[in-house]
Amino acid sequence: MTGLLNLVSGAVLVSETPGVPGIKADFSQDNGWTYLVKAVLIIVFLLTSVLIAIWFERKVVARMQVRPGPNVHGPFGLLQSLADAMKLLLKEDLTVSAADKFVYILAPMIAVFCSLLTFAVIPFGPNVTIPFTDYSTPAQLTDFPVAVLYILACASVGVYGIVLGGWSSGSTYPLLGAVRSTAQVISYELAMGLALVSVFIMAGSMSTSEIVDSQTRVWWALILIPSFIIYIIAMIGETNRLPFDLPEAEGELVSGYMTEYSSMKFAWFFLAEYINMINVSAVATTLFLGGWRAPWPLSAINDGMFNEGWWPILWFLAKVWAFMFVFVWVRGTLLRLRYDQFMKFGWKILIPAALAWIVVLAVVQGMIRFGDVDNRTILIGAGALFAVALLAIFLWPARKDPGGGADKAGGATPSGTSPYRKAATASPEPFDAFAGGFPVPPLPGQSLPSASRRARRLVPEGSPPPGGGPAAPDAQDEEAPRG
Amino acid sequence: MTVSGGEVVLFWVLAPLMVLAALGLLFARKAVHAAICVVFVMISLAILYIAQEAAFLGVVQIVVYTGAVMMLFLFVLMLVGVDASDSLVETIRGQRVIGVLLGLGLGSILVGVIAQATFPPSVGLTAANAESNPVALARILFADYVFALEVVGILLVTAAIAALVLTHRRRLVPRVGQRQISDAKVAALAEGGLLTPLPAPGVYAQNNAMDTPALDPQGRPIEHSVSRILRIRGQERSAGHILARERAVLVEHEPELTARRFPELTAPTDEEAAADLSGEAPVPAAVPGAFPTDTTSGATGPTTDPATGPTTGPTTEHGKES
Repeated sequence: MTGLLNLVSGAVLVSETPGVPGIKADFSQDNGWTYLVKAVLIIVFLLTSVLIAIWFERKVVARMQVRPGPNVHGPFGLLQSLADAMKLLLKEDLTVSAADKFVYILAPMIAVFCSLLTFAVIPFGPNVTIPFTDYSTPAQLTDFPVAVLYILACASVGVYGIVLGGWSSGSTYPLLGAVRSTAQVISYELAMGLALVSVFIMAGSMSTSEIVDSQTRVWWALILIPSFIIYIIAMIGETNRLPFDLPEAEGELVSGYMTEYSSMKFAWFFLAEYINMINVSAVATTLFLGGWRAPWPLSAINDGMFNEGWWPILWFLAKVWAFMFVFVWVRGTLLRLRYDQFMKFGWKILIPAALAWIVVLAVVQGMIRFGDVDNRTILIGAGALFAVALLAIFLWPARKDPGGGADKAGGATPSGTSPYRKAATASPEPFDAFAGGFPVPPLPGQSLPSASRRARRLVPEGSPPPGGGPAAPDAQDEEAPRG
Repeated sequence: MTVSGGEVVLFWVLAPLMVLAALGLLFARKAVHAAICVVFVMISLAILYIAQEAAFLGVVQIVVYTGAVMMLFLFVLMLVGVDASDSLVETIRGQRVIGVLLGLGLGSILVGVIAQATFPPSVGLTAANAESNPVALARILFADYVFALEVVGILLVTAAIAALVLTHRRRLVPRVGQRQISDAKVAALAEGGLLTPLPAPGVYAQNNAMDTPALDPQGRPIEHSVSRILRIRGQERSAGHILARERAVLVEHEPELTARRFPELTAPTDEEAAADLSGEAPVPAAVPGAFPTDTTSGATGPTTDPATGPTTGPTTEHGKES
């Protein structure tokens, strides 16, 4: 199915390829068989990558949590995910009776098919020559002038799988997961799209091969750091991974949209999620990390030897798996956000930041293209602006907390004095240790009334033991009931 | 203007399916099925656009209409449901007449403009897409039609802001956040409030229904472990007769063991529980809108007088200890 779709889009393109403007890759030698072989190779690559990714994730998370992880089946537990897949395949396939049957079966298919479509436009490398022939073809199924938008389109259709799956299960938790997923995707796809737009502005193209070509000198991740960061955040939100896995938050929604799915139908959702992780990693690699281009010291060796032939596929895979590691790392480190925090972050921080950054970028790019401004002036201007902003941040008066501000200000202990001594002196505020009948510790600015034990502990070491003096009667009083 | 064979095949495969899906929109019983039909039509339309070398239009069709607009539709369909019927009351007097008039006016303007429009002879797709499809589109949109584009943009932004203003509610009470809630919980602790979530209902050897209270470490029933609504409706079962039934089962199946090890269990200690067991307890009259009571047991909770309506939570036989 996917292959066919890709074939169709490829066949449409192949007729126009010789004169096709706006894309860098040269597909002029390709025919239907080439497309078929590439499509099959991509699907095989994705499916095996998912098996490895599951193993990789479990192994890395285990390492972070100081435990061995899967280590029974095969060397290093490599066959564990294969065994799990087999188990899922052989399990009973339940269809809940409250389900809307047609949509219930359709939903996992949508999710998987759409996740398989993205790699059609991802360049694995430049033109490669098939060994022992002089047949040269790009290491990429197809490309067209709006390839990155096509990726966004595939992602947005793929969400229908999640939403319809949650709705058709006829159950509360899946529905909640589906609704969350809808809201999440709409809000984070905006931020993601804006991050991608900044790359379009700089590269002047939306074709993946053109964008990779535009990073010959410097990767966009270095120049467009804000976009890069926004993309990384949005891509984790887009794939429903921790800390943004609210549609399937197991603490709140059992398993979210896939609660009522079992056996292969569940496996398809699982497959789609992992393929989507690989997809967004590949997009991040292509758009921000130079795609298949070798990293800097390597790219300079022997006049760019490592940027030709079959080498680039290695760099591409290395970068993709670096992103996969980031996914696992983030999962092993961060906690899940609360839903309102998540939405607030998306709409009030990510999207405005992305918008402002695009405006800045568009102005700069416009000045370079259409104005008589050279790069140095722009750099100086940007530096000055940055300095002003930095100064403003430092000089801006700190926001006063209307609730506890006064308390906090009063709680600062003067340096050099012991907090014990302060506790011993008379407190400006009376402190009720049983406020409302429940024992509470003193807040900043309040101080404990002096207790007999505390007074005894305050006596510095080396001084004579408290035989006389004011502390002694207290101590005796306290110890009397024990005897 | 030649059409390749592949394009013809694509059209004749997609077009009948699109017509079917469009009919599905009209005749589907469930609103979500209709929405899926629309999604299918939209995606097929996008594929046809791409086949006709309007790649940008095709992809944007999917991103904007399928990805965002239909998704929002689906969101509303799933949340609100379609059973909610629209209000047919005119909120503005005469709005239907005005609407019809405005619609007719717009229609006549459109017909007039389209009928009078004359197009230059077509130049062919190769020339139109000479600098790639998005660039050619951008040149037209941002050079020839930049004013119209700006006007449409302002219109859309105005509409969006209007929607924001209309749906905005001023906050009348201070916002209660997670911190305030936890502070309030701690403050209420002295009056017997709870810091933790409510305890789950009781799980017994033969019963784990929602209507049976859990037991605390001292063996007393925890009243608020049963849903407040069940308590108000008088549908709570007392822990006593659940325990009594279990005792009876125990005595019946393991008489010697029970007698030897739990002498106090051989006879029901609780009179009320004994009454429950003998099936003499009156079945409560059906409270309007109540859930069906547990049919497996003759034992029922305390009754509620239907005349006085649902009263406060029924008492367990242990009464209120806390």
